Amino acid sequence: MSGGAPGGTGAQRRRGDRRGHGNIVAPLPFPAAARRELGNPQLRANLRRATHTIRDRRARVVGETPDWAHLRAAGAAIKDDVLARLPELLEQFEAAATAAGATVHWARDAAEARALVTDLVRGTGSAEVVKVKSMATQEIGLNEALAEAGITVVETDLAELIVQLADDTPSHILVPAIHYNRRQIREIFADRMPGVDLDALTDEPAALAEAARRYLRDRFLNARVAISGANFAVAETGTLVVVESEGNGRMCLTLPETLISVVGVEKLLPTFRDLEVFLQLLPRSATGERMNPYTSMWTGVTPGDGPRALHVVLLDNGRTDTLADPVGRQALRCIRCSACLNVCPVYERVGGHAYGSVYPGPIGAILSPQLTGLDAGANRSLPYASTLCGACFDVCPVRIDIPQVLVHLRQRDVDARRGQPSPERMAMRALSWVMRDRRRYAAALRAARRGAAPLRLLTAGGEVRRLPWPLSAWTSSRDAPLPAARTFRDWWAERTAHGGREDGRDQG
Amino acid sequence: MTRADEARGSAREEILARIRAARPTTSVAVPRRYRTAPAVAGAADADLLDLLVDRLVDYRATVRRCAPVDLAEALAGLLGAVPTVVVPAGAPEHWLSAYPGRIRRDGDPVPLTVADLDEPGLAVVTGCAVAVAQTGTLVLDGGPEQGRRLLSLVPDHHLCVVRADQVVAGVPEGLARLADPTRPITMISGPSATSDIELNRVEGVHGPRRLDVLLVG
Repeated sequence: MSGGAPGGTGAQRRRGDRRGHGNIVAPLPFPAAARRELGNPQLRANLRRATHTIRDRRARVVGETPDWAHLRAAGAAIKDDVLARLPELLEQFEAAATAAGATVHWARDAAEARALVTDLVRGTGSAEVVKVKSMATQEIGLNEALAEAGITVVETDLAELIVQLADDTPSHILVPAIHYNRRQIREIFADRMPGVDLDALTDEPAALAEAARRYLRDRFLNARVAISGANFAVAETGTLVVVESEGNGRMCLTLPETLISVVGVEKLLPTFRDLEVFLQLLPRSATGERMNPYTSMWTGVTPGDGPRALHVVLLDNGRTDTLADPVGRQALRCIRCSACLNVCPVYERVGGHAYGSVYPGPIGAILSPQLTGLDAGANRSLPYASTLCGACFDVCPVRIDIPQVLVHLRQRDVDARRGQPSPERMAMRALSWVMRDRRRYAAALRAARRGAAPLRLLTAGGEVRRLPWPLSAWTSSRDAPLPAARTFRDWWAERTAHGGREDGRDQG
Repeated sequence: MTRADEARGSAREEILARIRAARPTTSVAVPRRYRTAPAVAGAADADLLDLLVDRLVDYRATVRRCAPVDLAEALAGLLGAVPTVVVPAGAPEHWLSAYPGRIRRDGDPVPLTVADLDEPGLAVVTGCAVAVAQTGTLVLDGGPEQGRRLLSLVPDHHLCVVRADQVVAGVPEGLARLADPTRPITMISGPSATSDIELNRVEGVHGPRRLDVLLVG
C-alpha cells in the first residue's frame, strides 16, 4: 500500500471534528463489559448453539465452491479499487442515480445524517416509517432521533423487531437477536407484541414467524415512507442492492411512496458486473446459504413500479479517517456478513453487547475504534478483545487481515500514550534494569523464591489465583505460576560442579 | 439556492476533499480467476436443469417439469383449486388456457392495487428473465411476462414459469444475461424464509410462502 497519511498524525487530529459518532462508542471497557455478560449462562448457551449452527452451514456451502479462493481475492481487490477511486466513483454514482430520478444527499457524520433523514420524513407528512434492517442507520442512531421527532419507527426484520419489542440493543450484525432462544422470543412476543394471538403462539420458529407476519402485514400494506440501507451501491449504474431473506425488505422497497436509503460511502462497487462476485461471497458467508431468498436491485425510480421518490444519503461518519490509515483502511472492505463473529472464540463467549457498539466481534473491534478514533468512550479497549487466533481472517470473504489491524491499533494506542505514566511501563523498566546484570538477576530470583516459599505450601498446583495489589491487575484474569523451587541456573551450576557434563545418560 | 442546498453542497465538497486527502493513490487490478463460464464448455443442458430442480427443492419450492405443448395443462394442475390468478400485463394468453378459475390481468383495465393482491387464496403466475442453476435463483427484471415487483410479492402463492433456455449455470452468467441492469430486479431463491431464530432457516415470513416452479422443455 502506498500514499495516505499515517495513523494518529497531526493531520488526522486536525480533522478530528468530523470523527464518527453514534452507537459505535463503547461506554464500558471491554473487560468490564465482558465480565458482566459472562455472568449470564443462558446467553452463552444460546450463542454457542447459534454460532456453531451457522459456522457449520457456512463451511458446507463454501466447501462446495471450488473457486472460493479466487472469489475472495477478487472481492478484496474490487473493494481496494473502490477505496483507491472513491471520489470519482461517488461522483459517478451520484450522477447515475440522479439521472435515474433519485435525490442524492451527503452526510459528514451521524448527526448530519439523522437531521437529514428526519427532515425528509417530516417533508412527507407521514408520522410512521417502516424500516429494513440496516447497519448504517443503527450506527447513526436514526431510530432514536426519529422517535424524538415524534415519528414511529417500525423495524420489519424479524430479529430487529424482537430487539425493538424487547427494548434491547442488537448483539450481532446479521442476526441482532442472536442472544435470544426461541423460548425467550416467544415470551417477548407474548408480552409486548400488540394484538398477538396467544393461543397460536408457541415457541416453534414457524409460529413465531407467523406472528411477525400478522403483526407487520397491515403496516407494510399501508406504509407511505420506508427507510433502508444498502448492501451495495453500483457507481456505473446508480443501482442500490439489498440482500435479505424474509421479504420485509421487498415490502419496504416496493410498496411505500417514498424510500430513503442510508448508504456508507464504502458500499460502492465500480460496475454492475462486480455483483457477480459479491452475490456469491455474501450469502454463503452470512447465513450459510447458496443464495439468500430475496435480493432487490433498484435504480432511481421506475414509473408505475415501486416508490415515486428515492432519497439516497451518502454517509461518511469516520470512514474518511479510517481510509487515512494505510493498515487500518482494509476494514472498509467489510460487507457486513458476520462470518468473523460466528467463528470468534471471544464473541462466542461474551456476545455482542460486550463490545458496546452496533459493530461487535472481530470486525467491530477494528471498525468502531477507527470510525470514532481511539479516544472515544472505551473504544481503545476494543482492539485488545481478541486472542489473535486468526479464525476471523480465514473466513473473511474480502480477506480483511483482522489480526494485523488489531495489533496495529494496539500499537497506535500504546504510541499515543507513551508520555503518560503507566504501571506496566514502570514494571517493564524495572525488569529491564534487573535483567541487564547477571548478579542483580540472580539476587532477584533468590528473593522471589524465598518470598514464594510459604505460598507454595498453600497452593496445590504451584499457581496463585489472586495476588495482592498491584499484582492483582495481572491475576484478575489469569493464574500466576509461582517461581520454581530451584532455578535452571542453580540446577546447571550444581550439575557442572558435580561433573554432570560427562554423564552421557543425562544428556539425552 | 436554499440553506439546505448549501449545507448539502458543502458536505459533499468536504467529504470528497477528505477522501482525496486520505485515500491510497494507486488503483488496483482485479484478478478475475473465479469461474465465469460453465466449468465444462457446453455442459449437458439436462444436467443443468436437474441441478436447478435439486436446488429449488432444497429451498422447499415445488417443482414440476413439462414439455412446451403441455404447459397450459401443467400450469392448471399446479394451480389446482386456486380461485383467482393474477398475471402480469404481458403474460402469454395460452399459459392459462386450461385454468378454469378467475383471471385478473394487471393493467387490464387498470393496475391492480395492493388490496387486490392481498386477497386470500390468490396466486400469481409470472415468467422470469433468467434462472441460475447452482444457486436455485429465479431472476425477475420487470419484463412483460414478469410485471411490476409487487405482483410477485403481495400474493401468498407465486408460480414461476421457467423455460429451459433461460437456465444458466452460475451467478456471473445470470447477471450477464440481464438486458438492462437499471430495471427493478428481484432475485428469488425459494419461498420467503428467515434464519433469525437460532440461525435455522424457517420458511414463510412476509413474501410468498408457497413458491411453485414450472420448468418447461
